[in-house]
Amino acid sequence: MDAGLVRTYLGVPLYRPKVAFFEFSSCEGCQLQLLNNESSLLDFLALVDVVNFREAMKEKADDYEIAFVEGSITRSDEAERLKDIRSKAKVLVALGSCACFGGVNQLKNRFSLDWVKKEVYGNSPVETEPVRPLGDVVRVDLKIFGCPVKKEEVEKIVTNIAVGKAVAHPKYPVCTECKANENICLFDLGEPCLGPITRGGCDSWCPNSRFGCWGCRGPAEDANVEQLKKIMKEYGFSEDTILDRLECFGGFSAFADTLRKSGEKNKGTSA
Amino acid sequence: MKVDCNINIHHLARVEGHGNIRIKIHDGKLQEAKWEVVETPRFFEAILVGKKWDNAPWICGRICGICSIGHTLASIRAVENAFGIIPAAQTQKLRLLLKHMETLQSHILHLYFLSAPDFLNAGSVFPLIKSHPDIVIKAAGIKKLANDMCDCIGGRRMHPTRPVVGGFTMLPDKKELIKFRERLQDVVNGLLFTAELFRTFNIPDFVRETEFVSLKGDGNYPFIGGGLISTDGVTKKEQEYKQMTNEYIVGQSTSKWSRLSRRSFAVGALARINNNFEFLHPAAREVSLSFGLKPLTHNPYMNNIAQMVECVHVVNESLGLIEELLDSEWTGPRQEVVFQKGTGVGAVEVPRGILYHCYEFDEAGHIVKCDCVIPTSQNHANIQHDLEELAGKYASEGMKDRDIELLAEMLVRSYDPCISCSVH
Repeated sequence: MDAGLVRTYLGVPLYRPKVAFFEFSSCEGCQLQLLNNESSLLDFLALVDVVNFREAMKEKADDYEIAFVEGSITRSDEAERLKDIRSKAKVLVALGSCACFGGVNQLKNRFSLDWVKKEVYGNSPVETEPVRPLGDVVRVDLKIFGCPVKKEEVEKIVTNIAVGKAVAHPKYPVCTECKANENICLFDLGEPCLGPITRGGCDSWCPNSRFGCWGCRGPAEDANVEQLKKIMKEYGFSEDTILDRLECFGGFSAFADTLRKSGEKNKGTSA
Repeated sequence: MKVDCNINIHHLARVEGHGNIRIKIHDGKLQEAKWEVVETPRFFEAILVGKKWDNAPWICGRICGICSIGHTLASIRAVENAFGIIPAAQTQKLRLLLKHMETLQSHILHLYFLSAPDFLNAGSVFPLIKSHPDIVIKAAGIKKLANDMCDCIGGRRMHPTRPVVGGFTMLPDKKELIKFRERLQDVVNGLLFTAELFRTFNIPDFVRETEFVSLKGDGNYPFIGGGLISTDGVTKKEQEYKQMTNEYIVGQSTSKWSRLSRRSFAVGALARINNNFEFLHPAAREVSLSFGLKPLTHNPYMNNIAQMVECVHVVNESLGLIEELLDSEWTGPRQEVVFQKGTGVGAVEVPRGILYHCYEFDEAGHIVKCDCVIPTSQNHANIQHDLEELAGKYASEGMKDRDIELLAEMLVRSYDPCISCSVH
């Protein structure tokens, strides 16, 4: 579709890449974040040529260069569809926590498939698989983190792709941004928070509202999870509270698995 | 003319989630008309088990990207009802204001971006940016205001951060509310434009009698909690919701279906207006009557008009709520939460209809059992029966397959289905 003026960068007309949006198991919220961009939506549309966006448009084409893919993979037909998208796209972008890590969906993997099916559908047949992030099925070229993704960040990344600039994620944690925003530390307000270990880039979105971080963007570079656990224990937070946050979006799955196992073991010995 | 047609729409566009329409007509007779939901289940009701109470609103908001605020509020209400917490009047007002802005942004998104292109012969809103810039700019302006207010009160327009069990983590600045009051007054005029635009649309004339279920107004047009009512005369208490929803599993859908007095019922803006017309704001009632929308209206396409009427209602009521909030002394943002063993239900009218969350907690405040009944899942059976009747009627009248296909798509879109939500 054609939505207006061609943008220039340093006086050179910009090439408008053909982009497509797809979604798998998800709330479709990350795509919606782009439509939620009322003030900058038109600029965004001038930058790229949207050829496939089922949530917003009827027309569709298989000729695209960048595929933005939301959601996690939970059924065999989804894996096949994703492989097909991968074969057509030059660049495949995992959009949001479900696509990057499995998101809240991967909380299902704490249980046996038989149990979850029975809990929700009783004895009726239903097809489902353990939840996988996109990267477990196909090669992912770029990840955009967050639940939901932050629209300003998506726009910056898409602009960088369009003008051919490198895309780099912050290495520092959310805590750094939170300090720069001069927020009161949530630990001092009695709230648990994963800000010290979670990758920045969201501008401490949740802590700005006095709501502790749940780690939706996964670990920052050199995240010291053990140290955070120690600090949170000192502030009186239970291991369950720490585990709830570490396992919520799947970005800290290795740490969460260890913590869960040690918790189960402790319960086993005390019982 | 006897028509033959084979309509096969895979992953219907401009709806949230994945659904297929299949219609087969041979020699002018309907062979098959099916509304299939192929969305993958995410098993929210299972993944919540074992989680502490404070996880519920945060995780359950993720059921839906469009009405995450509604899910968060239903979840909070269920937890508060289980623990015997009655939210302060200030909290209730701020929650309702937040809810209204979600309703406004969701209805505008549906009316302009998802529904209007059908009436303006476009495949999406994108070509309308060039052909009808005034329409798109007006819509974007209203939607932006609603989303900005959601950011201000809820911390974030999607997957909100501030609403929590017991109240809010933080309160908005009163000065911000004063600014929003001015912007809302502009929206009152913007909505007059919307009404005039929709007056030029040719709403299909299709009627199939059905039952409508919603919250029951008690002096007010209802949005958060209260009794349940159907147009067939059924009334139940909030905690008896299962007698209203009667979920069952069908082969053609990964979403469950519902029924009450008949083989299907409908929820949503049209159901709310059919049950609570008298409680609409006078300005909204006036717009409604000017479109001939009054109880009982059985044309499913009129849900578009019902949503537009509700936009007028929520904007006017929000102006009143802001006035009340500005006139009152504010207390702290949240109450203390003391958890206890028990079960709680939260019923909330979200944009697409009545939503229920129900949790059972153990002594430690952990979830033992979770149940969520989504508006769109309650609508699926009604969509199916509408589709059968619509395809049969127009096939016998000799309508062309392309026209039947468009009317079928428009029918499903009229319900503004949130399919991934309905499967959750």
